[in-house]
Amino acid sequence: MIQADVKLDTLGYFCPMPIIMTSKKIKELTTGQVLEVLSDDEGIKKDMPAWCQTTGHEMVGLEEEANGAKPIYKAYVKKTK
Amino acid sequence: MTVAKLEPATTLAELQETKPDRVTIVVLSGDMDRVMAAFIIATGAAAMGMQVTMFFTFWGLNVIRRQGTASAAKDWLRRLFGVLNKGGAQGLPLSRFHFLGVGTRMMKRVMRTSKMPAIPELLSMAQDLGVQFIACTTTMGLMGISKDTLIDGVDQLAGVSTYLAEARQGSVNLFI
Repeated sequence: MIQADVKLDTLGYFCPMPIIMTSKKIKELTTGQVLEVLSDDEGIKKDMPAWCQTTGHEMVGLEEEANGAKPIYKAYVKKTK
Repeated sequence: MTVAKLEPATTLAELQETKPDRVTIVVLSGDMDRVMAAFIIATGAAAMGMQVTMFFTFWGLNVIRRQGTASAAKDWLRRLFGVLNKGGAQGLPLSRFHFLGVGTRMMKRVMRTSKMPAIPELLSMAQDLGVQFIACTTTMGLMGISKDTLIDGVDQLAGVSTYLAEARQGSVNLFI
């Protein structure tokens, strides 16, 4: 289990909302803190690493939780700057 | 409850090669679906820290016109055209299944129930994220659209050279 400092719930939102909400939320964190993003949009599996790749923040982990037909994804992003 | 660890880094090889930081999008279409795609790419790119410029031309100019504004043209032909070609981000038709507005209304309802932002929301989101809006002066002249009938926050009124000057620095340039 990765320990997150701040949580962001984007359940029910489709692309591009989780990424946009993440980019706004990350500004509230201090460097080194970890943001946990909850999403049920499968695209997050590729989109969050891609977002981190481009913005320079660190993707520290990605978890998939079984939840009936629609899994819930937890993406952990560490603010680097 | 099962928790599976996924490895994000493995899928990124292709993405690592290019790191675009400037995006331009020409929005020629005034169809709701196409404009939606344009705004999703624009807001997504802006959220990734890229500089985004949207160039609104021809039917696309309707997106950044105020709702229900008439053409300022003096001649009857352009006035008539202005009556038929209404502006406003919330009044855009679907490119297919518009069905005199019924289909588009149904799609809007589906979007609302799916928490998907509508065009006006996407537009203000794009502005909040710092996406630059350019209105095409040629279209404005052709259709008799005056500056004061455009929404607030249109950064520039310009033409093809301005677009190209932006686009030649862009690594992602789209035409929608």
